[in-house]
Amino acid sequence: MTAPVLEVSDLRVRLRTPRGPADVVNGLSYTVGPGETVAVVGESGSGKSVSVLALLGLLPARVATVTGTALLQGEDLLTMKPERLRQVRGPGAGMVFQDPMTSLNPVLTVGKQLVEGIRAHQDISKEAARRRAADLLGEVGLPDPDGALDRYPHELSGGMRQRVVIAIALSNSPALLIADEATTALDVTVQAQIIDLVEKLQADRGTGVIWITHDLGVVAGIADRVLVMYGGRCVEDGTVDDVLEHPAHPYTRGLLGALPDLAEPAVDGVVPDLATVPGTPPPPTDLPKGCVFWPRCPVRGDARCEHEQPPLAVIGSSAVSLPHRAATWCTEGSS
Amino acid sequence: MSADVLVSARGLEVHFPIRGQGLRKKGAGVLRAVDGVDLDILRGETLGLVGESGCGKSTLGNALLRLIPSTGGTVDFAGTDITKLSGRGLRELRRRAGMVFQDPFASLDPRRTVAQTVSEPLEVHGLRKGRQARAERVAELLELVGLDPAVAGRYPHEFSGGQRQRVGIARALAGEPDFLVCDEAIASLDVSVQAQVLNLLRRLQRQLGLTLLFISHDLSAVRHISDRIAVMYLGRVVEIGPAEAVGTDPQMPYTQALLSAVPLPHPALERKRKRIVLHGDVPSPSAVPSGCRFRTRCPYVFEPCDDVDPALQSVGAPGQLAACHLHGVVGTPATEPEGVTAKP
Repeated sequence: MTAPVLEVSDLRVRLRTPRGPADVVNGLSYTVGPGETVAVVGESGSGKSVSVLALLGLLPARVATVTGTALLQGEDLLTMKPERLRQVRGPGAGMVFQDPMTSLNPVLTVGKQLVEGIRAHQDISKEAARRRAADLLGEVGLPDPDGALDRYPHELSGGMRQRVVIAIALSNSPALLIADEATTALDVTVQAQIIDLVEKLQADRGTGVIWITHDLGVVAGIADRVLVMYGGRCVEDGTVDDVLEHPAHPYTRGLLGALPDLAEPAVDGVVPDLATVPGTPPPPTDLPKGCVFWPRCPVRGDARCEHEQPPLAVIGSSAVSLPHRAATWCTEGSS
Repeated sequence: MSADVLVSARGLEVHFPIRGQGLRKKGAGVLRAVDGVDLDILRGETLGLVGESGCGKSTLGNALLRLIPSTGGTVDFAGTDITKLSGRGLRELRRRAGMVFQDPFASLDPRRTVAQTVSEPLEVHGLRKGRQARAERVAELLELVGLDPAVAGRYPHEFSGGQRQRVGIARALAGEPDFLVCDEAIASLDVSVQAQVLNLLRRLQRQLGLTLLFISHDLSAVRHISDRIAVMYLGRVVEIGPAEAVGTDPQMPYTQALLSAVPLPHPALERKRKRIVLHGDVPSPSAVPSGCRFRTRCPYVFEPCDDVDPALQSVGAPGQLAACHLHGVVGTPATEPEGVTAKP
């Protein structure tokens, strides 16, 4: 097997907040192989965004304590010197943020922002960088790429802006692309175009992708493997088929049950109520003892639920090379 | 008009003037946010309204409640044309038709308690006399939306997004309305909380016999909650019909493309899903194409599309209407400037 692009082990993030320390990421381990897409799924506050911001050193050191290791092509991102980290952001790892309205600089033209990123990492002339920028905009499917270089972000629609952000993230051919809710703010038709684009680039360049989202439909289409986060932990991971078709953790089951399903028609003209997960996710300053999910869990089928955090354990029949794991005491007997 | 229609729009238009730059303040053009909508909402039904951002669905929802003035056409609410209402009539409309807004963080006054927020409509409309009676009604309303009446004294910041949205729904229900517009009411909520609010809306609708207009860009949610679905494109309703029919057998190419772009949470189905790719972006509502407004992106465009503006016609299932020439050319030819045809 080829070496993974990214290997994260035991990542922990603690934030200092006015309400005391908040453990937002609690021992996260996963790998991303070349050309592989790992989807990180979870609700707001589950720690999915913070975990990737921590990887790229984008959390302010004053408030965040990050521990663990994160090897990007063999080099630990978490102990890297700031200068080296700056070199790595770009050619090593590119990031696409959620909001295309705020992730571009409104007073610089699209061209300037692209050229800046390219010339920070590649020793080429302004003209060559501009040509490269136009090529990139063409690749991400922006109409009239040459004209777009001289436009300001406010002159572009949301979908076009997000394509510019993706072009910037891809401008240095990163080995790893992190997309944090990259299509959440977009219409389904534009979302579909962006997903096609990322998949194509991934096939062309072998980029590893971390796709953070709460949309399980998107996950089903794009992911090879899925990691479900809750309360700063991975509560379930495995191949996309295992996790979405045979969810083992009560939380994953709850999430899937809560989803209105376009593919599931009414029975005798009556659409059944959605299954809900009662309550809301716990605040990271006040995580429950025992299993993080037990206060909302409909199963609670084990005496240990309230006292002991279940480890991420391999589930019965899954293949050794692609294990399906869940952190729950209640895997059996409930479906 | 049939008796079971509660809200009825005919030729409804909301046009915004575009201000020019510098000295040219006027005459820079018109943005046609809602551009000739005919729509009947039946008493007791949930009508889902879908479309991409910028298609005018929120503007339409606002215009149906006269939260923004329309520039043309009529809106009938229970037999009264509300575009001409004022004074007492308008206040009565405010009681009988409510709105649940998208952002539960912005739509509640941070300096008023839940009780103050929910009881304001009671005071304004004089529905409960006396503090005690109002407090009782507030408790009733909170219970109705699944909140503990004991939270009445708390402020919005003490609640989660889902709870705030429940407060917003309680406020909208305070006037005992017949009609509720929910404008992206679940868009800012987490999946598990979305399901709670969707179930609540369905329960309330059955329990209180409400008529709902559920505006959303989330087609799966709309399909789940709606009896009928209307699809909007560039300011016009281009397809409408029973949710099942529109959801499984759409007759308008735009609806087909929109539905085909919805990702399904089943890996096996998702791999098989055939997507209809639309090229180009939605045209600007200040430069609506002549003829069929979808023709610039339609994969099936043919001759009449250029100059005949298609009208809604019956196709597919009973009650299903689509505005598309593929089902026969029906509509208004592009208007020639008057007098030009009779050249000497």
